[in-house]
Amino acid sequence: MNTSKKWLLDFVDLDCTDKAFADGMTLSGSKVEAFAVEGSELSNIVTGRIESLERHPDSDHMWICMVNVGANEDLQIVTGAQNLSVGDVVPVALDNSVVHGGKQIKKGKLRGVESCGMLCSLGELGLTTHDFPYAIEDGIFVLGEDCDRTLGLDIREAIGLNDTVTEFEITSNRPDCLSILGLAREAAATFGKDLKIREPKVHFSGKDVHDFLSVNILAPERCYRYCGAVVENVRVKPSPRWMRERLRACGVRPINNIVDITNYVMLEYGQPMHAFDLRYLKGGSVIVRLAKQGESITTLDGIERALSEEMLVIADEEKPVAVAGVMGGEYSGIMDDTNTIVFESACFNGPTTRLTAKALGMRTESSGRFEKELDPASCMPAILRALELVELLDAGDVINGIIDCDKSTHERRTLPFDPDWVNNFIGIDVSADEQKKILEAIDFEVKDGLIYIPTFRADIEHQADVSEEIARFYGYQNIPNRPLSGVANAKRTPAQKLETLISATLRACGLSEIATFSFISPKHYDKMRLLADSPKRNSVVISNPLGEDTSVMRTTVIPSMLDVLARNYNNRNEAAALFELSNEYIPNGADKLPDENEMVTLGLYGEDVDYFTLKGVAEAVFTACGVTGYDIEPLTDDPTFHPGRTAVVTIDGKQIAILGEVHPLVLKNYDIGVKAYVGQIDFNLLLEYGDTDRKYTALPRFPATSRDLAFVCGIDIPVLKIEKLITEAVGKILESIKLFDVYIGPPILPGLKSVAFSIKMRAADRTLTDEEADAAMKRAIKALDKIGISLRS
Amino acid sequence: MKEQLEAIRAVAKDVLQSATSLQELDAARVKYLGKKGELTAILKQMGRLSAEERPVIGQLANEIRADLEARIDESMEQIKARMLEEKLKAETIDVTMPSDAKALGHKHPLSIVLDEVKDIFYGMGFSVASGPEVEWDYYNFEALNIPKNHPARDTQDTFYITENMLLRTQTSPCQIRVMEQQKPPIRVIAPGRVYRSDAVDATHSPIFHQIEGLVVDKGITMADLKGNLESFAKSLYGEETKIRLRPHHFPFTEPSCEIDVSCFACGGKGCPMCKGEGWIEILGGGMVHPKVLKNCGVDPDVYSGFAFGIGLERLVMFRFNIDDMRLLYENDVRFLKQF
Repeated sequence: MNTSKKWLLDFVDLDCTDKAFADGMTLSGSKVEAFAVEGSELSNIVTGRIESLERHPDSDHMWICMVNVGANEDLQIVTGAQNLSVGDVVPVALDNSVVHGGKQIKKGKLRGVESCGMLCSLGELGLTTHDFPYAIEDGIFVLGEDCDRTLGLDIREAIGLNDTVTEFEITSNRPDCLSILGLAREAAATFGKDLKIREPKVHFSGKDVHDFLSVNILAPERCYRYCGAVVENVRVKPSPRWMRERLRACGVRPINNIVDITNYVMLEYGQPMHAFDLRYLKGGSVIVRLAKQGESITTLDGIERALSEEMLVIADEEKPVAVAGVMGGEYSGIMDDTNTIVFESACFNGPTTRLTAKALGMRTESSGRFEKELDPASCMPAILRALELVELLDAGDVINGIIDCDKSTHERRTLPFDPDWVNNFIGIDVSADEQKKILEAIDFEVKDGLIYIPTFRADIEHQADVSEEIARFYGYQNIPNRPLSGVANAKRTPAQKLETLISATLRACGLSEIATFSFISPKHYDKMRLLADSPKRNSVVISNPLGEDTSVMRTTVIPSMLDVLARNYNNRNEAAALFELSNEYIPNGADKLPDENEMVTLGLYGEDVDYFTLKGVAEAVFTACGVTGYDIEPLTDDPTFHPGRTAVVTIDGKQIAILGEVHPLVLKNYDIGVKAYVGQIDFNLLLEYGDTDRKYTALPRFPATSRDLAFVCGIDIPVLKIEKLITEAVGKILESIKLFDVYIGPPILPGLKSVAFSIKMRAADRTLTDEEADAAMKRAIKALDKIGISLRS
Repeated sequence: MKEQLEAIRAVAKDVLQSATSLQELDAARVKYLGKKGELTAILKQMGRLSAEERPVIGQLANEIRADLEARIDESMEQIKARMLEEKLKAETIDVTMPSDAKALGHKHPLSIVLDEVKDIFYGMGFSVASGPEVEWDYYNFEALNIPKNHPARDTQDTFYITENMLLRTQTSPCQIRVMEQQKPPIRVIAPGRVYRSDAVDATHSPIFHQIEGLVVDKGITMADLKGNLESFAKSLYGEETKIRLRPHHFPFTEPSCEIDVSCFACGGKGCPMCKGEGWIEILGGGMVHPKVLKNCGVDPDVYSGFAFGIGLERLVMFRFNIDDMRLLYENDVRFLKQF
């Protein structure tokens, strides 16, 4: 909401600087986004009168003017404009002046003739013909009677381009502040001034409004009040300068006196107004009703719009003539031959207006106000003000009477006046008297232990709301700062501790953390080669996405990681080692929220990286989390991964991780030109099976015994399988088992490999004998022999 | 004999002095002091001496032996020291050559600042809660006093899944979930992802992070909110930091406020960082609306509370002077390794 200072001054005497005004208003709740003095970029431009005009001797279009700027001597100025006559008063940019756009004007010569400045057009003052309809676009601005034509006067003062425009951010609960009057009330309370409200005075012309107009509200729950008035013999012309000036300051373009009056009243009272041409109101009747099935309306902007049965319209006897509170129909506007108009000042229900505007895709200044719920009580003063302005501007003859179809109660809501409650809630100590004064300053009435809330404050429903009023005028800055006291029991949950631990572990492994969007394009499921019937293709779908790229909630974080790897590869980064702790989203139907599963996603590429780098990282996470007893098996049929270089890690039969080299076709789909490795670990299983509770065991007192064993087995046998059999066979004296050699080639027969383990054994209570160690080895050899794996001879 | 002994001493002395290796010294020890050595050979002839001469010569021989042994030991020490010195010298490396230490990974800037914020609140006795990102309309709006068709819904352009299911537009639904599950006293923060249909640009992202805060107890006032958030601001930006509350409107708090901190770049004098204002807005908050308490089964006549919400991206961008939010989600390693 932009406001004009001159306009505000009609209602409240402000004597502070613009800056102090802005700060004060911000701190009392009307946030000032910006303020600026109009025309502040102009300098050294004054009014001057053309005393003589002569043709330039060396030009067929230029004129040499002598201009009186109120100084002892007239100035000689050369101009190319053709609209000047002797006696015209015009803006004169003197030597060393600045016009609109920051352009500097200096003394100079034009075709050999000295020119001591420049005569200005509207554009050079930053104005248009909307601001001065009698001026022309491409010529010098000749000041009319509505300007102060004192010679030598600063042009901004002469034409009223010196208002301060303040831009407020008004929150949705305060539609009353979308008006000069509302902000003047806030300003008066903020700066301790009186609010000067005056009743509009209308003289009326004698005929009876009822002979022209009838009003019927058929949907009273959606239209609380409708006031209608009639003006005949309308004289459409530009409105006076002061009105144009104020509209401009508030960011509204002046059109003509009637349109300007409706806008002026809306800005002043916050009450949207509408003007109909009576010719197009069949039977002179206004009917406020819901639209009928199949009805449509062509709105002022020339677009035909289909209406639905939930939409409220203003209709005559036959057809809708306006979408209530949103926009008028095409014939309802003011035309050059308009003779008689109807002013509408009505109050429509917020949600109805909001839904209608939304459904029709046309949010207007008017609908934006109605949807915040306006005060029915302001309909009457607003229409009176409009009629007063009609008479003031001599824009027509006001027919006697106003039709007021009023379904509203006018009852003021009350709340108990409870100063102690307010003090206790805010943590202040403000006396009952002081609180009463604050409330009265914003037109609340305090009487007999009750607060009577003005009808324009629909937002005040509870003591907490009253407290805010007290607090903001008492000053938030005056509320004491009290640090929290009392004991609170704050602990990190096991999950939170584990997240910290995993992040630290992965960073120690050289992986950096990333953050990716949770929604992706469903095309990723093709790019990562998910099978057509994969359940992972079933995503939570956003019904109104920004675009296809962000239209489904990911069911796996892997495509997000692949995207980041691809971006880094594309940015020519030689290597990347990344992780993310984030969610996948698995749908549960319309009646249950999706499962949000936290995943640890790993991604690597680079010269020194291979599958085992990735496996090492995952093992570091398992170790850090205290996850033991997991199984690793080759995974050959996941289409995202290399069939020979991928493993699935399980614990208790549940998949805790998948680790692998990305399938070359997937790499191609993501335009990654090097091998890349991606893994995913299920955070919830880490939490379930992890154990970070460390326990001390005594250091060994007896020596260990080591044996090396080499076996020959099929080339496809996973070494882990052999390791497990040995572990089981050796039993509890096993301290560690380590693979130290895998060999393929002669003398080992083709299709076979030799695998060698170093086995360390120890007993806690004695020195192991050679016999015990040998027996253990025999058990291991026997166990392996059973499945056809023989000791290498 | 005496002359013979002195001759041995003289010769041996020379030999020892010129010896350069441990082997030479060992050889000399054998040659002069060994069982078959020259000194021993001479001593073997002691029988031929008179009784008067014998002790004199004996004493001299012992003296020479001790002398030579000491000299041998001394030379050995010297040679060993020299050899060690040479060895160490030969082992010299260029200590400025690059190490092969594995590079450490980096925390994402969002996590760095979030962890800092969490630590501050842990220190003030807050627990950390979380809630679902795909949320019911009820929790995201209705329970927070934002009924259907409330204009406040317009300022939070919402991604919907179904009519009643949506991507949460704020972390405030966590307030409802916490109060439903836990009786006062409550002191929690709830950080997390939130979603609004804003197209991506330098200052907007359809996904961003908020940190919700909620305190509910008997006798909680706006003074507690001020004191608590001032402590937070001082912990985050330093003891000199001041806060400023401006009245604002949120449907689920009353009174509501936006909270500025004195600019941490200029201390409040006005600079490009704070656009000359001296203040930087970092959070919004207020007293929990009695309707919200009631919606969660908390009696507003007994309890009161305050709530606040912090935009994490904003903190991060100010903290590291990042001017484009997209960098946070692009994850270029050249960006990540700066943190």
